[in-house]
Amino acid sequence: MSAELAEPASKIELPAHVGGGGEIPTFDITLRVRRYDPEISSEARWDDFKLTMYGTDRVLDALHKIKWEVDGSVSFRRSCAHGVCGSDAMRINGRNRLACKTLLKDLDTTKPITVEPIKGLPVEKDLIVDMEPFFQSFREVMPFLINRGHEPTKERLQSAEDRERFDDTTKCILCAACTSSCPVFWTDGQYFGPAAIVNAHRFIFDSRDDAGDMRLEILNDKEGVWRCRTTFNCSEACPRGIQVTQAIAEVKQAILARKI
Amino acid sequence: MTATQIQSPRSGSTVAPKYRRGGSSRGNFEMLAWLFMRLSGVVLVVLIFGHLFVNLLVGEGIHAIDFGFVAGKWADPFWQFWDLAMLWLAMLHGTNGVRTIINDYAEKDSTRFWLKMVLFSAAAVIIILGTLVIFTFNPCPVVDGVQLPGGFCPA
Repeated sequence: MSAELAEPASKIELPAHVGGGGEIPTFDITLRVRRYDPEISSEARWDDFKLTMYGTDRVLDALHKIKWEVDGSVSFRRSCAHGVCGSDAMRINGRNRLACKTLLKDLDTTKPITVEPIKGLPVEKDLIVDMEPFFQSFREVMPFLINRGHEPTKERLQSAEDRERFDDTTKCILCAACTSSCPVFWTDGQYFGPAAIVNAHRFIFDSRDDAGDMRLEILNDKEGVWRCRTTFNCSEACPRGIQVTQAIAEVKQAILARKI
Repeated sequence: MTATQIQSPRSGSTVAPKYRRGGSSRGNFEMLAWLFMRLSGVVLVVLIFGHLFVNLLVGEGIHAIDFGFVAGKWADPFWQFWDLAMLWLAMLHGTNGVRTIINDYAEKDSTRFWLKMVLFSAAAVIIILGTLVIFTFNPCPVVDGVQLPGGFCPA
């Protein structure tokens, strides 16, 4: 076996001149993390962490670096770390974002980057909130197919146009970025919230579903769609780019069309 | 050592009381309120710009406005109806708008209740008073057989 390997094994740290690893610029950031631990204090506080990060790093990488190398007590949720599971929604520089989809280089690194738990839900520890009220609203709109016809022996077929009607709202990953960006939800947490309405929309406008009327009746509640003030915070916050406010408006119109 | 109690997921009882919704509200009040805001808004745009155009631009424009001008308008049932519609729609539109703001921003039910009571009383007083003025307006009031001064009415 030759002594000089053309390529080093993948787990060996690459010298700067070989793999191009050194070409990625590094920069120093300050990550200002909202800390809360009820076992230590009932008051939340800010902790600053100074880190050297790469241009390819995301906010989640910075949080990992803190947790793995600086302060292991920092708590946050993350699962897939690639923008699909919806676990790591948090308030980054005052906006609801997925930590795994927010590149540090896109933020203003001259100032401290603030990271807080999403607003309007009870904080359990650091960046972890109790999602149960959010999922309760989600469950109330019955987010599953209800079909009163006979069980087909094959799949339930649908035309491409019928599928296109609710395509946008199928993208939801239940990260709660929209609901926890809604000022109406912040007040008293009674509003169903954008995410529940988006998931109702997904079935209301599905041609295979038969329970649209029931869902519309549920959302005609005084805490339902009529509490939407069209501030567009939810559309702005959605990491999947769902036109949330438009979906809510379509549900409003469906309720009106049914009643009048 | 006692066994740790773990509540079964999706039991519903784990939702903090603050977030629990009271029994579902039947009725379409919020839907009708929402619809009223859109419709009254459209009508108000016509009424208000018509009002401004007639009062400020037509003829001598703003210089024509005095007691007699208003008295003349309210002698005409058309303008009585116009102003009445404007009064009622603007007051109900505005009151409903402030009602939703109170619902959105007041955090305690008692605060919410009292703010809305103040709001509804104020709206009722203005609507009733305004309606009375439009229909009972008399440019030449006579009190105890004596003509009140004004100079607009035939002596």
